[in-house]
Parts: sequence; C-alpha cells; structure tokens
Amino acid sequence: MVQEAESLGANAVVNVRFSTSSVAQGAAELFAYGTAVTVE
Amino acid sequence: MDPFMEMSVQFGLPLTLLVLAFFTGSALERRHYASIRERELRWRSLPAVTFRSVPPGWKVSECALVTGSVVISVDYFKRFLSGLRMIFGGRVKAYETLLDRARREALLRLKEDAVERGCHAVVNVRLETCRMANARNSERIAGLEVLAFGTGVKLLNPP
Repeated sequence: MVQEAESLGANAVVNVRFSTSSVAQGAAELFAYGTAVTVE
Repeated sequence: MDPFMEMSVQFGLPLTLLVLAFFTGSALERRHYASIRERELRWRSLPAVTFRSVPPGWKVSECALVTGSVVISVDYFKRFLSGLRMIFGGRVKAYETLLDRARREALLRLKEDAVERGCHAVVNVRLETCRMANARNSERIAGLEVLAFGTGVKLLNPP
C-alpha cells in the first residue's frame, strides 16, 4: 500500500482499513487500503 | 490395457488441462489488465476515497449508495500452483494477481455505477472479499466475490 502510494506521488495514506478473509483451504488474505493524499 | 496407455490416460488429461489453463489464463489476464489500465485512466477524474465524509468545502446536493461487485474463479493452473505452495507455505502469488485484478475491476464498476447515477465522487469506500463455497463440497471453493461499495455524491460545486 505504501509503495503504491509513493508511486502515485503521495506522501501520506489516511483512513486506512484492514481486512482479512480466507480465500482458499489453508490460505488467507490480508489486505490494507486507504486514501493516498499529498499533504502540503 | 498396456501400461503406457494407462499412464497416458492417468496423466494425459490433467497435463493437457494444465497447459491449456496456463496459456488461456495468462492471455485472459493480459487482456484484463489492459482493459483495467485503460478504464482507470478514463475514470481518473472521479475520486473514490475512504474518507468517512466529504471534505470541507464540498456542497452535496444528492447522494446514493453505489456498488461494484466481481465474482472470480481460480483457473486449473493457478490452483495447481497454489496446491504446491500449500506444502511449503508462503506467499501465493498466483492468487495475489487474481485478487488484484478483481479488486481493481470492482472499483471500476463502482465508479461506472457512480457515473451512471450522475455522481461526482464516491466517499467512504469499503472493499470486502468473500469466499463462495461449493454447495456439494464445502472444502472446495466455487469462487471469490469482491465487493466495493460507497456513498456516491452529487456536488453543487464539482471540482
């Protein structure tokens, strides 16, 4: 997430949320998302 | 039946399926990514953000719930790869690209829904992933659903 935000030219990510779900037998997904912003 | 015939029946079909799934799967993936990139550029001016409410200064005239949903299934080749991965553990890259595609597609459908309703932005966006179990055998999965939802807002002073 931080890498993607940096590639967009942002310098902060706000209102981050975490979510997990089991995608298959024995495999789980951890997922973080938020809004990339440029703080002036 | 001679042993060669028996071997080819036992391993021939799964092997053919693997090769077929690998080529069609990667061709479809490449085509999907091309479509995703093109549409992401098109809807770049419509922000979809995780803010709980609209930023100060925005005058909202109307709002509506907007959604975008995708159901995906894992191909034979990726299932085989993840099966191997399950032995040693670690990151399942085959699933990562699949989920990345699904999530971006869900967000694009959310934006397309917002555009259809005449919204200028989407706030409080959330993403959910859910596993759909196979009805006959709950151990096996029938597919994954990725749902994106948020509040589409129509503005009096669109940016």
